[in-house]
Parts: sequence; C-alpha cells; structure tokens
Amino acid sequence: MVNVPSSIDDTIPLAEVEDVELYHPHSWWTTYVFSQDAKVIAVQYSVTALSIGLVALVLSWLMRIQLGFPGYFAFIDAERYYQFITMHGMIMVIYLLTALFLGGFGNYLIPLMLGARDMVFPYANMLSYWLYLLAVLVLVAGFFAPGGPTGAGWTLYPPQAVLSGTPGGKDWGIILMLISLILFIIGFTMGGLNYVVTVLQGRARGMTLMRMPLTIWGIFTATVMALLAFPALFVASVMMLFDRVLGTSFFMPAIVEMGEQLQHGGGSPILFQHLFWFFGHPEVYIVALPAFGIVSDLISTHARKNIFGYRMMVWAIVIIGALSFVVWAHHMYVSGMNPNFGFFFATTTLIIAVPTAIKVYNWVLTLWRGDIHLTLPMLFALGFIVTFVNGGLTGLFLGNVVVDVPLSDTMFVVAHFHMVMGVAPIMVIFGAIYHWYPKITGRMMDETMGRIHFWVTFLGAYLIFFPMHYLGLLGVPRRYYELGETAFIPASAHSLNEFITIVALIVGAAQMLFLFNLIWSLRRGKEAGGNPWRATTLEWQTPTTPPPHGNWGKELPVVYRWAYDYSVPGAAEDFIPQNQPNPDRLSMENRS
Amino acid sequence: MSAILIFMAGLAVIISWWMAHQRLTSKPWLEVGTASDTPGFDVSSIETAKIGLGVFLAVVGALFTLFISAYFMRMGLADWWAIPLPGLLWVNTGVLLVSSIALQWTKIRAQQDQIEAVRAGLLVSFVTAAGFLVGQVFAWRELVDAGYFLADNPANSFFYMITGMHGLHILGGLVALSRTSLKVWEGASAKKVRLSVELCAMYWHFMLLVWLILFALFAGWANDFVDICRQLLT
Repeated sequence: MVNVPSSIDDTIPLAEVEDVELYHPHSWWTTYVFSQDAKVIAVQYSVTALSIGLVALVLSWLMRIQLGFPGYFAFIDAERYYQFITMHGMIMVIYLLTALFLGGFGNYLIPLMLGARDMVFPYANMLSYWLYLLAVLVLVAGFFAPGGPTGAGWTLYPPQAVLSGTPGGKDWGIILMLISLILFIIGFTMGGLNYVVTVLQGRARGMTLMRMPLTIWGIFTATVMALLAFPALFVASVMMLFDRVLGTSFFMPAIVEMGEQLQHGGGSPILFQHLFWFFGHPEVYIVALPAFGIVSDLISTHARKNIFGYRMMVWAIVIIGALSFVVWAHHMYVSGMNPNFGFFFATTTLIIAVPTAIKVYNWVLTLWRGDIHLTLPMLFALGFIVTFVNGGLTGLFLGNVVVDVPLSDTMFVVAHFHMVMGVAPIMVIFGAIYHWYPKITGRMMDETMGRIHFWVTFLGAYLIFFPMHYLGLLGVPRRYYELGETAFIPASAHSLNEFITIVALIVGAAQMLFLFNLIWSLRRGKEAGGNPWRATTLEWQTPTTPPPHGNWGKELPVVYRWAYDYSVPGAAEDFIPQNQPNPDRLSMENRS
Repeated sequence: MSAILIFMAGLAVIISWWMAHQRLTSKPWLEVGTASDTPGFDVSSIETAKIGLGVFLAVVGALFTLFISAYFMRMGLADWWAIPLPGLLWVNTGVLLVSSIALQWTKIRAQQDQIEAVRAGLLVSFVTAAGFLVGQVFAWRELVDAGYFLADNPANSFFYMITGMHGLHILGGLVALSRTSLKVWEGASAKKVRLSVELCAMYWHFMLLVWLILFALFAGWANDFVDICRQLLT
C-alpha cells in the first residue's frame, strides 16, 4: 500500500472554514441575466465572446478576399482593410481568447473542479461580465461611429494611431478602442481577483494545490499574470487617450501632418512599445497557459492514462509564467535597441522553449501506450500539440535578432503568430467545448458534425498557414493592402494567395457548422448522463447534471486523491474519481 | 522599465515564499486518503476578503509602478521641465496621514468592540480623506493659475494624470468607507463591521504609501534612484 500519513492533520495545518452563505436569486432576472452564479456568468462570457469572435471571423474573410482577389469587392478600400486587420486582431486576442479562457472556462471550471459552491466574490464576478459586455459594445460602436473603427493595427502604435492618415485616428475610432480596452481591463480585474482568490481559498476538503487538475493550474497562473500585465495596457491606453484627446505628448514626437506642425513634441513612441509589449508578451501566455492546462486534462482523460510528470507540468506552468515577463522586447527588435538588450531578450526568449518543450514531451509520453480514444476532444487535443510544436519552432527563428530583422515585416510572422496563438489555442477551445458541453447542457454534441468540423478546421488551418510561411520567406510583406506588380514577388505567389483565400473561406464556413452543432445539440443531442467521459475530476461528480446553483447539493465533496487516477491496476473501473477514498487500511490488510 | 521590474521581482519573492510553503514537491499520485480520515481544508486562515484585497493591492501597485516607469523613461528626454510643487501638497500629505492614522485607531477600537469610538474614527477618517481630495483639486487650480497647463510639458501631464489616478483610487476607497459608515450608523455592532474597517485601514495605508512615493517622485527626491537605474542599464 502507498505511504499515506496516518492523518492528514499531521502534515497540513487545519483551517476550519464554514460553508459559504450562497446568494439566492429570487426572480428570472437575477437567475439568468444579472446572475451571480459563476456558471451562468461563464455561459454569458462564452456566448458574448463567441459572438464577437464571429465578427472577427467575417473580418478575416474580407481581408483574405482582398489579398486573394484584390479589388473583387469595391467596398474594401485600403482604409477599410486596415480597420479589418485591427479589429480582427484586437477582437481575437483580447475579446475572444482572453475572455473565453478566463471568463468562460475560468468561471465554469474553477468552482466546479475545486469543489466550491461558487466564486468567493460573486457580486464582483457579475460586474466583471457586465463591464466586459460594455467593453464589447463600445468596441462594436466603432463600426458605426463617424470615420469607422481605428485602423492602427492591433498594436495601436503611436504616432500613427492618432494621426489623420490612419483610419479613425482623428475620428472616434481610436478613442472608442482605448475606452473599450480600459473598460475591459477594469472588468477583467474584478473577475481575475475572483479566479485567483477562489483557487487560494475556495478549495474543498483535501483539495491541496498539488491535487488540483492542471486546467486549474493553467487558469490560475494565467490569471495572476493577466492581473499584473493588463495594468501596462491600461497605463498605455490612458496615456494615449490623453495624447489624443487632451493634446499631451507622452508618446507623440514633434510631427508635421498635412504640412501642418502639430502641437505635440518630444514624446517617445518607444515608450508606448515598452508598455504595450510588457502587456503583450505575457498576453501570449495568458492565452497559452489555460490551453496547456486544459489540453493536459483532455489527453489524460481520453487516453485513460495518468498525466506524465504532473509535478514537472505544474512547475513548467509557473516557470513559463514568470519568464514571460522578461522577454517583451523581442517584439521590438526592429525598433532598434542596444545590442546587449537584444542579446538578453533573445536569450530569455529561447529559454522559454525549455519548460515548453518539457510540457510537449510530457503530453506525448502521456499518450505513449495509452488507451487512446479518438473522441472529439482528443482529436482537437492532438491537433493542438502538432500545431503548437509547429508554431513554437518558427518562434525559435523569430526569437533570434538576426533572423527576426529580415523576417519581421513579412507574412512569416503572420503565419507563426496564427499557428502558435491563433490556431493552437482555438483547437483547445473547441476540444474543451466538446468535452464540457455535456456537463453544461446535459447533452452530447453531435459526433458526425464534430468530426467534419475537426478535419476541415485542422487540415484547412495547415493549408492556410503553411504556404504563408513560404510567402514570408519570399519576402511578401505583411500589412499591405495589395501587392500590385512587384519585381521580387513571382506570379506563383499570387496564385498561392488565391488558394489560401479559398481555403480560408471553407474553414470559416466549417465554423458555422460548429455553431449550428452547438445550438442543435441543445435539444437534439444524445442524453449525456453525469459523467460521459468517465473522468476523475470533481465537476463530473456533481449530484445532478447540469449542476444546479450551489453545485453540490447538501454536502460539499471531499477530495482523497489527485486528478489522474486512470487505469489504476487492481481498480474495478479504469478511473477513480477524486472524491473516492481508498478502503480503510485495516480492511486492505485483511484482504492481503 | 526598471521600476516595474523591481516591483515584479519583489512580488516574485513573495510568491516564491508562499509557494515554498505549498508542498509543491509532494508526490500527489502516492498520497491517497482513506475513508476513515477526513482531510481538512488546505486554505489559509487569513480572511478571504483580506487576501482578495491583498491581491487587488498588488494589481494597484503594478499600475502605479508602471506609471512611475513611464515617468522615468519620459523624464530622460530633452523637453522635460520639472513642475514646481505647490506648498499645499505638504498640507494634503499631512491630512492623508491623519486619515490613515485615524483609520488605524478606528480599527483597534473596532477590535476592542467600542462602537462609539468606531463611529468617531470613521467620521474623522472620512472627512480627512475627502479633505485630501479637495486639497488636491486646489493644488491643481494653483498650478493652472500659475500657468502650468496639462499639455504644456510632459512633467505637467504626468503630474495631473498620476495625481488624478491616485485621487480616483481614494474616491473608490471613500465609497467603501461610506458603506461601512452607513452600516455603523444603521446600528451594526462593532463585531459586524470589524472586518470592513480592517479592510479600509489596509487600503488607506497602501494609498498613503503610494502617495508618499509619488510625492517623492514629483519633488525630485527620486532622481538619484533614477540615475542609479540608468547607470545599471547602460
């Protein structure tokens, strides 16, 4: 028998916590709209994020049509093209990925996986969603404001972001963008406090930190990072808003616009870049760490095997989180910097490959000789691993100063970025939705539609982004509205662009199938039962499915083991839930 | 960016210290509990609300440190003329200090269950904190009257922006404080409001600390620190 301390009291100081007093809604409004229940908030976050993501998807279609078939639609002029780029990037990175991983999955999974009744500050949690919704509405308002949304690129670099040459620069576009970001950050901070403190204080009996599923570790670490990184974007946004509205010169150098000397002078655009990327690089991992965590759980569950190297996985998550704060300037190689700095940031950037590679090895070793079920979540998890490795490898190219400088302004960066931060996390989001949908709704999503969705998305993403690396190596620049007749770009590059566009349209259409499946399965999906995947974690052990307000009925669960007891030799089933104790030692001894 | 890196390093030390106490080297796959021994909660005995406020203060700290980082970087450029500090700021600092001390005193009284003293203490700290805000507005007006406008010079812009941001945080604190006071006036016992008062006190001390750092920054006492940082980086 394993070595268990005779009583856990010997090792862990006891803290007695009373069962929390739950907020009880009284009306339809407070149950479903202004709800303080984390599960309802999670669904609200997810639906809002997916809806605004749909807008970003349509924008990417329009951009691809312009790149593949320049001038096909007359309404896509250069200004609109830049507006589409900007809004697509901003929506995808912040309003979809961040909001869905932390606001959506965080809210749903943290209380359930930890055996809590709800988040620790439910009221702030509710406010968090409504501020997020407000931020999205302000963002969307940009489309209807005079001059349209900002076209400054998702990085919003000054001085161009607030000049008349950039769409929305002298109109409402940039102002609405900055206000929306500020609102988002305030809202996120309220939610983020909840996620962190619930992990710290809301855990059930026996749920030590090292018994938490890796999903929670990923979301927890990412939230801590987001809480510390978003203030940088907040500061940058406030200062740029001052520059734009009040005429200060934080970022604005002396500049002549349309033959007219502007009031600004002496400001530093580089200062903005530092602030932006101090947020911007951790942001990559704010999205990636929850994905890492979720994918670990998907692989372990659907390969019926315990995760390989759990402790390493936890440490790697924490180390990646810490390192990601000291690499930001690798986004600024082309802005020029002291060569020593370049060396420092290239080194730290490449060091991140170590803990990341450990994670990839551990995923592969978990799969090794596992009982792999090619369910939908597993397919997407596998899709994630290959895509992430691909995107990570090109990251090694771009992390080096000398390689980055010539590649920086080409499609290579677009391809790298979409592989590693676009396709890879989206794969996890899909896998996670297929995985947890039965718990949220009580029904399975349709398998056939799901498989079509996976194969079109997975193969399509490769058909889109692999050729894009090649275009980048040819020197095809990014951010260009149209290439025209350029000597160094062969005709074949144009045909490749047409090909990419057609595939992109098809992949986009496959997402409509996914959305259809999401709605169709609500009513028509197979009944799932409480634990369709035969998983060990607590959210699958709720007394009823979908879990009611308060999650656990009368008794809170008690945790006796870690989250990965799959295929334990000698056990009756191939999984043992976290809340199932071992038989008492006395009876064990009698048996042997 | 050296200021924020130092701040982050400090946080990293705190987080590492905390993590060192979390048995992160344990082997969870070997530690299965049996039905007869019910495990305890593995959470801190500090009140959850205090931990929540602590995390929030770390975020606020990061926010102000980033403003300070930006201040240092912008300061190094050629067009910077430091702004003269109105003498009124000394008075404001004193008033905020009194406010903080008053809340600390209130906190001790609340722990000793003396509701009358709590009532008086809350009133004093509310009035002084509100007085600080009014004083800040007068300091702004003094500067504007003397011709130091927001957009004239980055030093001015930073001064108005950062003091404004600090003022907004004090304003948010006043909302929390008035909610606590309301509870007391509606007849809540000292026991009931003890935690709220403690949270307010914690927030007040933190905002006082932030203000003292900002004051030193605007007065130019931090310049030596900046020079050291700059030398470290070159």
